[in-house]
Amino acid sequence: MAILKAEGLTYVYGSGTPFEKTAVDHVDIEIERGEFVGVIGHTGSGKSTLIQHFNGLLQPSSGKVFLDGKDIWEDKKNIRYIRFRVGLVFQYPEYQLFEDTVYKDIAFGPRNMGLPEDEIDRRVRQTAEAVGLSEDILERSPFELSGGQKRRAAIAGVMAMQPEVLILDEPTAGLDPKGRDKILSKIKEYHRNTGCTILLVSHSMEDVARYASKILVMNESKLFCYDEPSAVFGRYDEIIGMGLSVPQITRVFNKLKNRGIDLHEEVYTVKYAAELIANELRKRGKI
Amino acid sequence: MLRDITLGQYFPGTSFVHRLDPRTKIIITAAFIATLFIGSNPVCLEAGAVFCAAAVIVSRIPVKMILKSLKPIIMILAVTSLLNLFLINSGIPIFEWKFIKITYTGLRTSIFMVVRIALLVAGTSLLTYTTSPILLTDAIERLMSPLAKIKFPVHDLAMMMTIALRFVPTLIEETDKIMSAQKARGVDMDGGRIADKVKAVIPIIIPLFISAVRRAGELATAMECRCYRGGEGRTKMRQLKFGVSDVLAILFSLYFMAAVILVNIFL
Ligand SMILES: Nc1ncnc2c1ncn2[C@@H]1O[C@H](COP(=O)(O)OP(=O)(O)OP(=O)(O)O)[C@@H](O)[C@H]1O
Ligand SMILES: [Mg+2]
Repeated sequence: MAILKAEGLTYVYGSGTPFEKTAVDHVDIEIERGEFVGVIGHTGSGKSTLIQHFNGLLQPSSGKVFLDGKDIWEDKKNIRYIRFRVGLVFQYPEYQLFEDTVYKDIAFGPRNMGLPEDEIDRRVRQTAEAVGLSEDILERSPFELSGGQKRRAAIAGVMAMQPEVLILDEPTAGLDPKGRDKILSKIKEYHRNTGCTILLVSHSMEDVARYASKILVMNESKLFCYDEPSAVFGRYDEIIGMGLSVPQITRVFNKLKNRGIDLHEEVYTVKYAAELIANELRKRGKI
Repeated sequence: MLRDITLGQYFPGTSFVHRLDPRTKIIITAAFIATLFIGSNPVCLEAGAVFCAAAVIVSRIPVKMILKSLKPIIMILAVTSLLNLFLINSGIPIFEWKFIKITYTGLRTSIFMVVRIALLVAGTSLLTYTTSPILLTDAIERLMSPLAKIKFPVHDLAMMMTIALRFVPTLIEETDKIMSAQKARGVDMDGGRIADKVKAVIPIIIPLFISAVRRAGELATAMECRCYRGGEGRTKMRQLKFGVSDVLAILFSLYFMAAVILVNIFL
């Protein structure tokens, strides 16, 4: 059964004011357990709004959200427990840091869950390591850290709750390429180790292509499609028409196709591309 | 929740009220407030309500928005009305039970006070709904400019107000974001005991302060980089101009208020 499911999910900001805006429009989707979902869409397409429904931070204007087959708004009092099961890391999460040490800040979520002290300690150390923060940083003030370290501390703060579904809204925005790769590979590692479901909002097609097993495309408040990366990037013209891009390597293969070299495959990772090209060259007896 | 705070929110439009000079609107609003406070006769409030309603209709601001501006003060209204209702013991009693005594005077005062406060808030909200914050502070600066002669820092004050107003929506948005982020980490904002609620505020307030201070610093730097050095010798991009409609609006309103106050004195 799908771990996350939305049915006719619609959300309207500022309804009844001149600024009324339907940010999510009748979205139906089912996300299977263990999936690594890349969420893409142009600016203002409703990605952030959509994901805030999955842990009950926003209540749908109409439609329903199910976690593990149960309507999350069935019992309003339990919405807090939904948030422990579906962890959400906001855009620029470092602005949520507030404790005087990194340790305490990471422990904040688990403590709210009412876990025993030794379990909290175990989780803090474990997640700090998982995101690549060393022991000595734990006792420092979060405000003394570098941007990338703050970001990782904030992500750890959510990971430490060990949610079944981890949602990250552009976790790499504003970081240098190295910091970006580091964070993403840590997230991937976490995904592999825990088998949890991950939703990753990103503007980088390369990142999405590299990590995601499924891609969710939002376009003008509507769900455009939810499919395997190859299928999504196969709709090349539509994706470009939305103001999005496809991974560079997909573009290269598209150009090759236009010039008559059709490899009959949807390519979105460099590794696979290299294999294909090697095969093709072998077939033609060039190597 | 926080988005219910409508004070200082501007609803763009092109109605007669929108197009009035902001100084006109401030003067009329001030006169309106004065009338509400001087008026001790229900007739004054009725006249005030009519005036306010007329202004709302002309401004084409949805009535719903005006009602929304009253939402944050519902508690104040409720407490005021209850206090007046139960604490005023003089006059003809209309209801008596054990130690509870409600009198006609109490009921009257209670309604009177609620209407007065509601009109006050509705009137000032209409001002901010129909006037952009920038124009509003421009107007205040101009209206207070005579005070500059006695070394009163009019420009600085106006600049502070502009900045404060400018950052109200930003801070509200920021608070919303931080609240969501902390809720996602299990902060229990709704329900719970008072002690829990107070504890829930800390993870919100601290990041908010930090970001406000950071923003202030950034803004100061940005202003310095553009050679801001106070009001001296500074000209305005927008010049405020009184038009015929302004004169008419002021004359009409002031006559109306004066008449109301006179009625109040002689009735
Ligand atoms: N708090 C809010 N109040 C009113 N409108 C909002 C609010 N938040 C978002 N919107 C509007 O809803 C729409 C969707 O916004 P959302 O933040 O979900 O987009 P997004 O896909 O996350 O964009 P980005 O890639 O820039 O983060 C936008 O048009 C935006 O203007
Ligand atoms: Mg977003």
